[in-house]
Amino acid sequence: MAINFDAALGIHADALRVRTQRAEMLATNLANADTPNFKAKDIDFREALKAATDSQGGNLNTTHQKHIPLTGHGPANPQVQYRTTVQDSLDGNTVDEQIEQAQFMQNTVQYQATLEFLGGTFQGLTKALRGE
Amino acid sequence: MSLFNIFDIAGSGMSAQSLRLNTTASNLANADSVSSSYGETYRSRQPVFQTVLDNFDQGYKQGSVKVNGITESQAPVRQEFNPAHPMADENGYIYHSNVNPMAEMANMMSASRSYQNNVEIANTSKQLLLQTLRLGE
Repeated sequence: MAINFDAALGIHADALRVRTQRAEMLATNLANADTPNFKAKDIDFREALKAATDSQGGNLNTTHQKHIPLTGHGPANPQVQYRTTVQDSLDGNTVDEQIEQAQFMQNTVQYQATLEFLGGTFQGLTKALRGE
Repeated sequence: MSLFNIFDIAGSGMSAQSLRLNTTASNLANADSVSSSYGETYRSRQPVFQTVLDNFDQGYKQGSVKVNGITESQAPVRQEFNPAHPMADENGYIYHSNVNPMAEMANMMSASRSYQNNVEIANTSKQLLLQTLRLGE
């Protein structure tokens, strides 16, 4: 039985990438908190993760049983959505610093959770390799 | 790893906000400046922020902030009749700057809060990156 990293890591490697993308987007929102006409953006995590797991770096046919299916991870371009505001501001900016801070914090904790999952998987693999 | 981009984005935010603090300091320092002609009077200066929309903009990362320029306030300059003032013109008028100290104080607090926000983001990202480096230990 071969050790397959992709199977072992499962969805968490993709999740980590999407969390990173989301962190970047939220950081952009906060950096532009005072930019006139800037519209706050975010991604729907569920949709983005689905897009990330579905994008397998192109579709190559496997016409022979010894062909290895492509499991590379292509770039995912999740659908960017605009946040709706509770209160409009005069300069057309839709960033609510409190909301963005809270979302960034949540994303950080989720990123750490994903890291924990990945770390646990690697520890398990190491243990299996040592065979102690 | 695009977490590294966050350093650029948060850094650009910090630099923009510190420029805003700079102009605020300049405005507050000149709040009581007077001059003897309408044209030479100090006018409140405000930076104009803009989002960078692509990666091809003079080394800026997409999504970061840049200062597009500094505008001078068009608010009217206050004219005062004070012939005894050493700066008074031939008609006895002096001209006060149009800086609104209250607005500038509020501006200063807003800039410093936004700066802190960006510092927090950069710090958090750094911790996440360090944890990612230690993955699997």
